[in-house]
Amino acid sequence: MHVVSSLTTTTPLAGLLILVASWFLIGALGLIQPNRIGWVARTLFPLGALVALGIAGVGAMSLVPGFTAQSSVLALGLPNMPFHVRLDTLSGFFLVLLGSAGAGISIFAAGYFRQGEGTAPGLLCLQYHVFLASMALVVLADDAYLFMVAWETMALSSYFLVVTQHRIPEIRRAGFLYLLMAHVGALGILLSFGVLQGGSWQMTFDAMRAAHLTPAWASAAFVLALFGFGAKAGLVPLHVWLPEAHPAAPSPVSAMMSGLMLKVGVYGLLRVSLDLLHVGPWWWGLLTLGLGLGTALYGAIFAAVQTDMKRLLAYSSIENIGLIFAGIGLALLCRSFDMRLLAALALAAALIHAFNHAFFKSLLFLVTGSVMHATGERSLGKLGGLIRYMPWVAALALIGSLAIAGLPPLNGFVSEWLLLQAFLQTPRIPHAFLNMIVPLGAALVALTVALAGYVMVKFYGVIFLGQPREQGLENAHDASWLERVGLSWLALGCVLIGVFPQVALDVVSRITRQLVGTSVQRGPSPWWMTPITSSQTSYSGLWLWVGLLLVIGVTFVLVRRIYHGRVRRTPPWDCGYPWQTPRMQDSSEGFGQPIRHLFGPVFRMQRELPHPSDPKPTYRVQVQEHFWHQLYLPLGRLVQRTAERVTILQGGRLSTYLLYSFMTLILLLVWVL
Amino acid sequence: MSAIAYVWQVGECLLAIALAPLFTGWVGQCRAWLQNRSAPPLWQPYRLLRKLFHKDAALATDASWLFRLAPYVVFSTMVVAAAIIPSVTTDLPLARVADAIALVGVFATGRVFISLAAMDIGAGFGSMGARREMMIGFLAEPALLMVLFSAFMTHGSTALPEMVEGLLSQPHIVLHPSLFFAGVAFVMVLLAENARLPVDNPSTHLELTMIHEAMILEYSARHLALLEWASWLKLFNYACIGFALFMPWGIALHGAGAGRLALAIAALLGKLVVAGAALALFETLSAKLRLFRAPEFLTMAFLFAVLGLLVYLLLGA
Repeated sequence: MHVVSSLTTTTPLAGLLILVASWFLIGALGLIQPNRIGWVARTLFPLGALVALGIAGVGAMSLVPGFTAQSSVLALGLPNMPFHVRLDTLSGFFLVLLGSAGAGISIFAAGYFRQGEGTAPGLLCLQYHVFLASMALVVLADDAYLFMVAWETMALSSYFLVVTQHRIPEIRRAGFLYLLMAHVGALGILLSFGVLQGGSWQMTFDAMRAAHLTPAWASAAFVLALFGFGAKAGLVPLHVWLPEAHPAAPSPVSAMMSGLMLKVGVYGLLRVSLDLLHVGPWWWGLLTLGLGLGTALYGAIFAAVQTDMKRLLAYSSIENIGLIFAGIGLALLCRSFDMRLLAALALAAALIHAFNHAFFKSLLFLVTGSVMHATGERSLGKLGGLIRYMPWVAALALIGSLAIAGLPPLNGFVSEWLLLQAFLQTPRIPHAFLNMIVPLGAALVALTVALAGYVMVKFYGVIFLGQPREQGLENAHDASWLERVGLSWLALGCVLIGVFPQVALDVVSRITRQLVGTSVQRGPSPWWMTPITSSQTSYSGLWLWVGLLLVIGVTFVLVRRIYHGRVRRTPPWDCGYPWQTPRMQDSSEGFGQPIRHLFGPVFRMQRELPHPSDPKPTYRVQVQEHFWHQLYLPLGRLVQRTAERVTILQGGRLSTYLLYSFMTLILLLVWVL
Repeated sequence: MSAIAYVWQVGECLLAIALAPLFTGWVGQCRAWLQNRSAPPLWQPYRLLRKLFHKDAALATDASWLFRLAPYVVFSTMVVAAAIIPSVTTDLPLARVADAIALVGVFATGRVFISLAAMDIGAGFGSMGARREMMIGFLAEPALLMVLFSAFMTHGSTALPEMVEGLLSQPHIVLHPSLFFAGVAFVMVLLAENARLPVDNPSTHLELTMIHEAMILEYSARHLALLEWASWLKLFNYACIGFALFMPWGIALHGAGAGRLALAIAALLGKLVVAGAALALFETLSAKLRLFRAPEFLTMAFLFAVLGLLVYLLLGA
């Protein structure tokens, strides 16, 4: 009890710690009856969702005006290195993100997990809740020690979740790649913290804030942090694990990794670059901005040519992470020129986009889970027409798809609009070349967003619209009611942020005030969002909704009143060719063809075209990444060769090892004397 | 904001809905004259609408609710856009709902819905049209955004009424050179986005070349009428955005009287007559590009827009 006793005065933080502990407890309870699905899925997962809501609620307390950061020292950890925890507006915001999106995923998972799919449900429940709790602890950590412990717990628990179906070799391989990249990234973060402590050997974040680093060391810390957190978030070229690990994991886990864990990477970068480090040179921002924009475009292009629905969403996550990093980069760039308002605007865009992405990407990953349960198919080429058999899932997936495509009046548009507004101000940067180059980034953002629209038309159109491409899809069933509740919750989030973007802007303005010293105002009127000045720009999600729905309603009534609503059902027009089959529809490869044509050099393509006289013509195209073949495989071979050289030292003969010890002893003696 | 402003808001919106078919009819008439054909009457589009609304809708057996909803959504996006664009007056209470960037988003919503509806039936042409339309869309959007950037740099606002007022309040009638480049880029984007030559042929029914027509192939009767009306409104809206950005003269400002507004309507009609004739002339003189030449066309538009931006930054305000 004395762990908590020191916390009685700091209630929100204490509440959060109790809630996080109860996640651990729920996970452990799963082991009581690990194979009873009624206990694990129908009881424990909804409980976990309640805890998630609690975390979101308590985290939101840090976002009300007048909140001051709370910190505490736990009686846990090593003797001279206790765990420090702290709740400020930044961590509060990410806890709200984690809790609110996590609640939807947990409710869905309650209806999703079945008996006999890989790992026992009880063990899965333990890994799942440890994963959630460790993410919350990363966000709450106030020293590098607890941060790294929680970070590694997060990586390991998610690794075990990825390899749930560990009997399939490909999934084991994907899991290994994920683990490897997670640890390469963790090394970067560890080294970054090592630089940040600045010789004081104090691992608390307070000491790091106070440390005075030389510009070179500060830059080293920044680049290492960018590398480490970028590897976790999926920044190109460190993204290679993402399209492998996301499809391998069960859908709720994919949703958590993509919707929540990538955001923890974003949180880490924000914490280090905007909180722990002081204002740095402008190239930090330019580097982050360039990497972010490149990642965004790269992800969007690759998403457009995928044929597996979960891989498509994984690449789409890479794209969205790119947009978030572009916002952070722009904020850093503007902060280094002391353009605080602009930095606040860009940061607000990045934060709101992180929040939005947690909702719509989780929603879409969960939708793929429902589709896979209903049809047993993951390949886009074998789906189609599901809007007629899964109306609930189709309707909710439509909201998610429109939101992720950045269309008004949903939430994805809000953050992209804010990002573009920030770019609009960049010609004012007081630097001769930056003021011309940086505005062109807006064109890349526009291209990426429009490509995301293309991707989502493909995703939604091929899965839900058209004719079923395979036999048996007619028997697909809609999602269970728990799954529907989870999906609806996430879809509701997408709609609400779209309708009231000014509330979201209000909330993140408290974070920008903490991190860059100022904040964008949403404007005097409660109806409009006017982040700069009311004469310069404005947007109102609510009135756009009202206008669109009003016109739809009025048009519908008028057309029906003045004319009629008569409908005749006929077969579709066959262009005079009556032998059409569903397989003649555009396949997912076909839908990606313009992209493969336009961006040909970006891909590594292997095509097998049929011969004209083939009796059974087949067409196959495989799209791979250059990064894999030209960066990772050579790097892997290099490591392998180096390791082989080193094994010469390890000959397996005892006498040689004794010789090594003897030589070392001699050397040490020489050195000491 | 007075009550009269709301009246004009509704009035301007209705005017756009009413005038859009006329504008398309005018373009068609000019095209026929230039091509030595006998022209259809100016009100041919209204006749088409009347005919289509009277017919029974023939729906494909497998059409889902999305297919039936899409025409209403697409029509609605275009009407809302028409309410936001200051074509007659800048005193629009609703214009603040969306600035120029959000307007691009509203158009994109319409585009995505029509593409999704095209994929709903599952016949080959629909999804072919959908992917082509989305391709043109994602190529046109960066160019359009750069045009808006140039306009923003000169006017200091992305709200269209503010841009108009900024330009009209200047003492002499001079366009900044950067706007010239932006204007060229805007016209190119307008052609691509509205399925005009040289990117798409509005009067084609040759299946393999069509984009817009391929998407609405399965539609009939009232649904087709709404989609056609929406596409005419889109052309009208784009023309009005062009007027607002590059030749706002004649648009009534805040607090203008009824006489001034009548003059503004006359000015709008005059500009539409000229723009329609110019569009017809351009379409007559140019040939349709192969589909994969369209990216080059739109890249050129993008480069023009960037040039406009650079000219502004190099020359200064």
